[in-house]
Amino acid sequence: MTTSQAVAIDVRNAVKRYGDFTALKKISLSIKDNEFFTLLGPSGCGKTTLLRMIAGFEDVTEGEIFLYGEEIEDLPPNKRPVNTVFQNYALFPHMTILDNVAFGLEMRGASKSDARTQAGEMLELVQLSQFSTRKPSQLSGGQQQRVALARALAPQPKVLLLDEPLSALDLKLRKAMQLELKHLQRETGITFIFVTHDQEEALTMSDRIAVMSAGEMQQLGAPTDIYERPHNMFVADFIGETNLLEVSVDGIAEGRAVCHLGGGHELTCNALDGINVGSKVHMSIRPERLFMSGEPEKDGSLHGRVKENIFVGTDISTIVELDDGPDFVVRTSNSDRGNKRIFEPGTEMFVNMELGAARLLVD
Amino acid sequence: MAAGAASGGSATTDTYKEARTWLLMPAWVVLLFLSLAPVAMMLIYSFLTKEFRGGVIWEFSFAAYDQFFCDRGLFGDEGCTFEWTYMTIFWRSIWQAGAATLLSLAIGFPTAYFIATRPENVRPLWVFLITIPYWVNLLIRTVSMKFLLRDKGPLNDFLMSIGLIDSPLHIINTNFAVQLGLFYSYLPFMVLPIYAAVERYNFSLSEAAADLYASKFTTLWRILLPAVKPGVIAGCILVFVPSLGSFLAPDLLGGAKNFMIGSLIEEQFKGNAGNWPFGAAASMILLSLVLVILLIFARQQAKAEKAEG
Ligand SMILES: Nc1ncnc2c1ncn2[C@@H]1O[C@H](COP(=O)(O)OP(=O)(O)O)[C@@H](O)[C@H]1O
Ligand SMILES: [Mg+2]
Repeated sequence: MTTSQAVAIDVRNAVKRYGDFTALKKISLSIKDNEFFTLLGPSGCGKTTLLRMIAGFEDVTEGEIFLYGEEIEDLPPNKRPVNTVFQNYALFPHMTILDNVAFGLEMRGASKSDARTQAGEMLELVQLSQFSTRKPSQLSGGQQQRVALARALAPQPKVLLLDEPLSALDLKLRKAMQLELKHLQRETGITFIFVTHDQEEALTMSDRIAVMSAGEMQQLGAPTDIYERPHNMFVADFIGETNLLEVSVDGIAEGRAVCHLGGGHELTCNALDGINVGSKVHMSIRPERLFMSGEPEKDGSLHGRVKENIFVGTDISTIVELDDGPDFVVRTSNSDRGNKRIFEPGTEMFVNMELGAARLLVD
Repeated sequence: MAAGAASGGSATTDTYKEARTWLLMPAWVVLLFLSLAPVAMMLIYSFLTKEFRGGVIWEFSFAAYDQFFCDRGLFGDEGCTFEWTYMTIFWRSIWQAGAATLLSLAIGFPTAYFIATRPENVRPLWVFLITIPYWVNLLIRTVSMKFLLRDKGPLNDFLMSIGLIDSPLHIINTNFAVQLGLFYSYLPFMVLPIYAAVERYNFSLSEAAADLYASKFTTLWRILLPAVKPGVIAGCILVFVPSLGSFLAPDLLGGAKNFMIGSLIEEQFKGNAGNWPFGAAASMILLSLVLVILLIFARQQAKAEKAEG
């Protein structure tokens, strides 16, 4: 057993170029042993490319990749003790489910009967034992997905790579599989590197998340870090819902800045290093960090009127128009409806926030 | 409008049926007049009596089959002992066609794989390049090969000039020359179906195999080949069948002692020396043989598939 502090995958200054096009620009990241690590970013940002470089399907243009201290970027895929769950599953169509799962075990030198026994146990783990003699085409998408998972886990890889494995499943099945994956990761103790473009999925499942955009790393941290303390515009906008406003900075003192929103409105924001008085920067406030009241609660209250209430199940989203200022979205829990926290459209009210809810961002 | 559509409903169905009947006509013409009728004619001719200057006399006779299977001595008046002459030619033909098919597969498979793995926009160009020589008539191609392979031909000249050999290789008039000729005659029939199959192959299966620690060879053998097997089988049949009945390559490249079944049949229909019923009988026997070989093959395939699943 390695300690939980050991580094499973260490990517150092990895660059990937396709001709003139640079898909990855000097990516560096360390993924810890036993970690559920997620690469998150919009489609085309280079997640698959990075994963395929770790698996060995793509050459590394520049930089190094280490697996538990061993340099691996020049090894062919069949010499790397990492396995992949492919986005399209890539199950062998002419083999039974059992033989699919046994394949990797056999290739690692297990006898045919041993491989089949272990594969059977693996299928039990993903609750597919009764399908072991079927061909992949005779299974549903969700079942195929679990076969792909069992096949990749069977040879007990040091790291499991998953490329958007849940994207083809419907919402309900996806939620169930998210939990199942998380449990499997805990049970097996194998390091998972999970790729997704779905921020909610990333937040639910991961120990740590690397947010990527256009071949560059934007922020790396625990889900709460990334959600509550987004470092830049991209991360704030991509993760969750937020109010993004351009503000001009006035006074800066003790890590706080006074920000002008326009229309004479003022806010106290968390300041950033390197921001000067008079500069124009962006600010983010999560809608659920705002609340409305009939009377001003503090000196930071902003006066405006309700434009629209939108029912979104558990919450109500209220669009508020500040006097001569920008619009805000305020999110209120549906259970607060009785507490007079929700106002009818047209009502004048105040928008309030706790200190620290408003954060300045790097562009 | 609605009423018109309703009353017109059955009329539309009738027109549709009529159109379908007419549109299916070409299929019936092909089946009846181009497939079944020629075979039926051949079958009938094989049971007729031969006319000495070619052609047939409409009189029922077993003579053709008797000549094929029975050796009745020098004067043709003895009892029937098995005639080996024609069976030997048959056996040689099968062997030659089989060897040519294997040669085509050995060269054609990597070629097809190569083309199918080029970027999508240049694949048609490669396919076109492969087929270019086949715009030239088969006879001319085969004669050219004879010229190339001669003892004093360009191939030997070249090999001797680079010092690889001291005296010319005698390729012409050997079995190997015939195999080369057949190989070159039908290569695209091997390459094209395999190309089509490999092009449809999902290469992420190969990646998955490599990811699961399979070597390149294992991936080829256990993942790629089973997936493209239908293309390989089609290619082999398309090369084997015409090779078996071929007469140009054996005649021009094989010389008199490497005579194949196609030449035997061809001679029966040529000039005054021919024997139409005998040619028809030999064709029928060849046809049956090919069918039996294919059936056995298909049977075994089905069995192997069952054993796997
Ligand atoms: N083989 C390739 N040749 C050229 N460009 C590629 C190739 N593979 C990926 N790309 C480009 O690299 C970028 C990143 O792709 P990818 O890693 O698949 O993104 P993601 O998985 O995040 O959606 C994309 O802009 C894509 O067009
Ligand atoms: Mg991708």
